Amino acid sequence: MAINRQFKERWMRRFFFVIASTSIFILLLIMIFLFAEGLPIFKKVSLTDFIFGKYWYPTSEPPEFGIFPLIAASISVTVLSAVISIPLGVMTAIYLAEIAAFKVREIVKPMVELLAAIPSVVIGFFGMVIVSPFLQDMFDVATGLNLFNAALMLGFMSVPTICSISEDAVSSVPRAMKEASFALGATHFETIFKVVLPASLSGITTSIILGMSRAIGETMVVLMVAGGAAMIPLSIFDPVRPMPASIAAEMAEAPFRGDHYYALFATGVVLFCFTLMFNIIADHIAYKYKQTGDSTL
Amino acid sequence: MDADLKMSVKQLNFFYDKFKALENISLDFYAGHVTALIGPSGCGKSTFLRCLNRMNDLIPKSRVEGKILLDNEDIYDCAVNVATLRSRIGMVFQKPNPFPKTIFENVAYGLRVNGIKDKTLIADRVTESLNQAALWDEVKDRIYDSALELSGGQQQRLCIARALAIKPEVILMDEPASALDPIATQKIEELIHQLKKMFTIIIVTHNMQQAARVSDITAFFYMGKLIETDKTDTLFTRPKLKQTEDYITGRFG
Amino acid sequence: MTKTDVKKPITEQLALPHIKYRKFKQTIFFALFRFAALINGTALAIILFFLLKNGYKAINWTFLTQPPIDSMTKGGILPCIVGTLYLSLGAIAISLPIGIASAIYLNEYAGSGRVLRIIRLGINNLAGVPSVVFGLFGLAFFVIYLKMGVSILAGALTLGLLSLPVIIGATEEALKTVPETYREASLGLGATKLQTIFRVVLPCAMPGILTGAILGISRAAGETAPIMFTAAVFFTPDLPSSIFDEIMALPYHIYVLSTAGTEIEATRPLQYGTSLVLIVLVFGMNLAAILLRARLRKRMHI
Repeated sequence: MAINRQFKERWMRRFFFVIASTSIFILLLIMIFLFAEGLPIFKKVSLTDFIFGKYWYPTSEPPEFGIFPLIAASISVTVLSAVISIPLGVMTAIYLAEIAAFKVREIVKPMVELLAAIPSVVIGFFGMVIVSPFLQDMFDVATGLNLFNAALMLGFMSVPTICSISEDAVSSVPRAMKEASFALGATHFETIFKVVLPASLSGITTSIILGMSRAIGETMVVLMVAGGAAMIPLSIFDPVRPMPASIAAEMAEAPFRGDHYYALFATGVVLFCFTLMFNIIADHIAYKYKQTGDSTL
Repeated sequence: MDADLKMSVKQLNFFYDKFKALENISLDFYAGHVTALIGPSGCGKSTFLRCLNRMNDLIPKSRVEGKILLDNEDIYDCAVNVATLRSRIGMVFQKPNPFPKTIFENVAYGLRVNGIKDKTLIADRVTESLNQAALWDEVKDRIYDSALELSGGQQQRLCIARALAIKPEVILMDEPASALDPIATQKIEELIHQLKKMFTIIIVTHNMQQAARVSDITAFFYMGKLIETDKTDTLFTRPKLKQTEDYITGRFG
Repeated sequence: MTKTDVKKPITEQLALPHIKYRKFKQTIFFALFRFAALINGTALAIILFFLLKNGYKAINWTFLTQPPIDSMTKGGILPCIVGTLYLSLGAIAISLPIGIASAIYLNEYAGSGRVLRIIRLGINNLAGVPSVVFGLFGLAFFVIYLKMGVSILAGALTLGLLSLPVIIGATEEALKTVPETYREASLGLGATKLQTIFRVVLPCAMPGILTGAILGISRAAGETAPIMFTAAVFFTPDLPSSIFDEIMALPYHIYVLSTAGTEIEATRPLQYGTSLVLIVLVFGMNLAAILLRARLRKRMHI
């Protein structure tokens, strides 16, 4: 019986291992299918023309498949949203972890979580019907559906990601280290700036990268509020068409396994590579510069 | 006792929320002397020590009654700035807690936050403090290396150097050797002997031999109360109270 | 060695006691931090305010219980509500068992090492895959390759994979809070590891896992891009009868009405109403999870 038990244990261990590997398996499957459906486009256009081509006219005759305007749009929307979300997210995290009284934190934290829980389509809708007319009036621009509006919405969507991971990093700085600083006559602010932040820098960096990764991959918001013009933006009030928006908007009308269809999958590959890069960098930082103290990152 | 009175605690009570952690404690500390606070764990000696530089301010729902005078000024007076106060009263903690910075930056930290920018002055003070903490010879070739690479004993002496750099008047030590091996402990004790000429030192220890070795005056705490205080020789050889005698002879605690 | 007067504090000797300036700096920065937190709260409040203000009028019994009529310019959203429920429950039915088993391996079995690190890297990257890419994958794999067609099944599978990392994360978190002494006690009584996991560890972690499950459902319910190509359609008047049917869903309905409907302006109230229903659904689940967790934390502190 004992042998039987041991046998069962070993097999259960293997079973759990196989299940745990599902995530990697799925990730690989995603890659395989994206590539399988995306690569055929390169029979028509070269990789360089695809990525650096300035014109995205998939339905004209002859079609042009240059996704550079889409990449430029994705990058500019993401960078601009980071300008909003980084200060907001990190400062809120410091506020929550270091300054807020217990009762205030118990209210503010769930609020940040709820902000994260709003479905992206609702934020997109809000940006379309409320923010867009507002921007149009306020800045007197041709359309309120533009790069700035999309960045603003994406900014608030990535705040919760940045805030919650940063907060974990900040609050896992050992208490003893903070006390040492206080005991040397540093004020609370000096302690935060000179001891707590440097010690939690790796966690904060990770949070920022993950926040940006979320922003670049976000679909509904850019689909609904970015304006949809496949042009390289020259001003922050220009309408743009980031990669996810292009995929989501055109997939329904692209003929099955036509060039347009392949081009959209190839765009998906590029998008996937962007986020994969962000995530690997974030993972690397979190792993290599493991925080001292009981960090859980 | 014929030394200068440096700090004086008068009828101190301390509460964690509703729990009274310290009750009616009055105790004087003299310049140039080492005062040891002994007692079983949970007796309030560490809490008491943390009242002396208002470290307990950080604990929510805590409350202090009574007075603590530093050079005849009440440190709990509302006009007193806590940061300034803490730069006058240094502290060394139970476990070495260097910052994850270089050795140099650890010692320079207190100077920098207190607004000193003169680079030569900072360098001089760092060297001097490391010397005072008997660490200079061991680290002089690598003061720009991370402090976390030092051994536990070295780290603790670094923390002492860090406290010395801003020239405090009083140094509080909270079981500074409890996390160290015997050799490192001995070094710390020698250091305390050297330092007491210049500073008022107050040390919490659970180790009675250590109290006997390093201190001039010993105060025995039990259950949040100060039971007995006297010159160390006297307290350990001829305690006045039965409770003290029981403790120092190891009958409880 | 420099000799300085040791009696006086160095602050008085060497630098101006500029403590007032330091305090001032602290006040300014802390106000800034507080302000940042306030902005987030305000953003949330503004969004909710506009949705409530414009949406509450649209909501009535007919709206919740009737299908849309007159090319979606009137009527209700019942098929969307039902569709979203099917999709998110289907998603959780897929991701919960896989998620829990994965978390058990990571927390109870795996030591630390290369394999573990690769698995974690895989999970983190899966969590980072953009939702539209999940949509593409669902289309290529479930809809086309596995020939499921545009169906509830394909959509639920896609959403399930998407919410898998959420479930794994929450379950692991819950397993970590189970004190090591419980495991030791159980193993000490001669129980096998498996018995320990199923009889001691999992029951203890159950409320935490439940919290994660609720959050997973709410995440799946709100997603649009993954179901655009895999499950959702503009309009179908009938409620689904099998898992191979196409369906309507709340998030997709909002998108369609507000961007591609026949009369975008005229159906604004319907758009607000649908958004409000979706938000209430999602927030309801999140609040439940938050409250559950708060109660849990309180219990752990005793």
